[in-house]
Amino acid sequence: MHYGGKIITGLVIFLGLVSMPFWFNIGGSYEEPKVELPKNAKVCVAPTQNMRENHMKLLDQWRDMALREGKRTYISAKGDKYTISLQNTCMQCHTSKEQFCDKCHVDASVTPYCWDCHVPPKEAK
Amino acid sequence: MKQSRRNFLKFAGLSAAGLCIAPTAAMASGGPGGAAHAEVNSKSLHAKRWAMVIDTRKLNTEEAIEALAETCHHIHNVPTIDSDQDIKWLWSGSYGEVFPEQENNFPSEAQETHRFPLLCNHCEHPSCVRVCPTKATFKRPDNIVAMDYHRCIGCRYCMAACPFGARSFNFMDPRLHLDMDNINMKFPTRMRGVVEKCNFCVERLAVGELPACAEKSEGAIIFGDLQDPDSNVRKALRENFTLRRKPAAGTEPGVYYII
Ligand code: SF4
Ligand code: SF4
Repeated sequence: MHYGGKIITGLVIFLGLVSMPFWFNIGGSYEEPKVELPKNAKVCVAPTQNMRENHMKLLDQWRDMALREGKRTYISAKGDKYTISLQNTCMQCHTSKEQFCDKCHVDASVTPYCWDCHVPPKEAK
Repeated sequence: MKQSRRNFLKFAGLSAAGLCIAPTAAMASGGPGGAAHAEVNSKSLHAKRWAMVIDTRKLNTEEAIEALAETCHHIHNVPTIDSDQDIKWLWSGSYGEVFPEQENNFPSEAQETHRFPLLCNHCEHPSCVRVCPTKATFKRPDNIVAMDYHRCIGCRYCMAACPFGARSFNFMDPRLHLDMDNINMKFPTRMRGVVEKCNFCVERLAVGELPACAEKSEGAIIFGDLQDPDSNVRKALRENFTLRRKPAAGTEPGVYYII
């Protein structure tokens, strides 16, 4: 190989730089964000793990169901009825955006723009 | 098994078919909601074509219209901004402003002094819907011209297209001009950079209530199904002389004025 030594050294340096974040975080610990669970309800519209992974997709579907299709009653897989509304259903149980939504969103550095328009419940100070 | 060209092609065809079906199958079996689905509210009011008849013999003063506007703006979290960047869903105008093509040189006293309520006409051929590049503004099957603010990119084409000035643009964060401690917590606000307008109170119709202005107007605003010959609006139209705004624009407004 022509310039083999230079190429391989270059590659090693490159890989080292790219994987820098991993080197820095070796041995660090990860703590799962502690969300505050609702006190007035035991079940959500879907199982916890499903909500954890898919709540954003569900909210997207809810928007289209309510706004586009004019269907504002949601029948969950378990057969329970819910009004399709972020403010009037989700946030009636998850009464604190700071203690619930923000916990993971901040941790994962995502800034969803729900709250530009939708109004979260007042936070207990 | 010996790999023959024939076998390879069979297998490739099968895989391709599988790839085509996979997303649909995945959607049907799982998806975020599983077997869940949505239904129309049981209490919801229905019509083939919602329309409004406003009796301007009963409702014609600035104060009376302002009172209705206040209710509308409060339940929909519409801010009051003291400049030409104000947001309005319901407002008032003089005869000349409302019916510019039907003005006479010597109007009656009533015509000259009366104020007329104005709002989105929920047109049958809405020019706003035709121009919206993102389908943020769309017509529902019951002819309510609705908006999906999530999709609005603030291009304002709809404002240019609407012949009635029914739309307002949020030049700034509307929350700066709302008393956030006293807003309607059941309804969202809007954000900077989107257009907004009257929604014929879809959120109220969905729970079996009439539009707030009609409910509060003490009979001066009639709301009902234009396609139903026996409806209250058709009765009012049969019995009274009415005008619609700017018929020449060809949008077929759904708001009628008894003069
Ligand atoms: S009045 Fe204007 S905004 Fe309302 S539906 Fe007609 S064209 Fe669209
Ligand atoms: S301003 Fe919004 S609603 Fe109006 S045409 Fe543009 S995207 Fe559509």
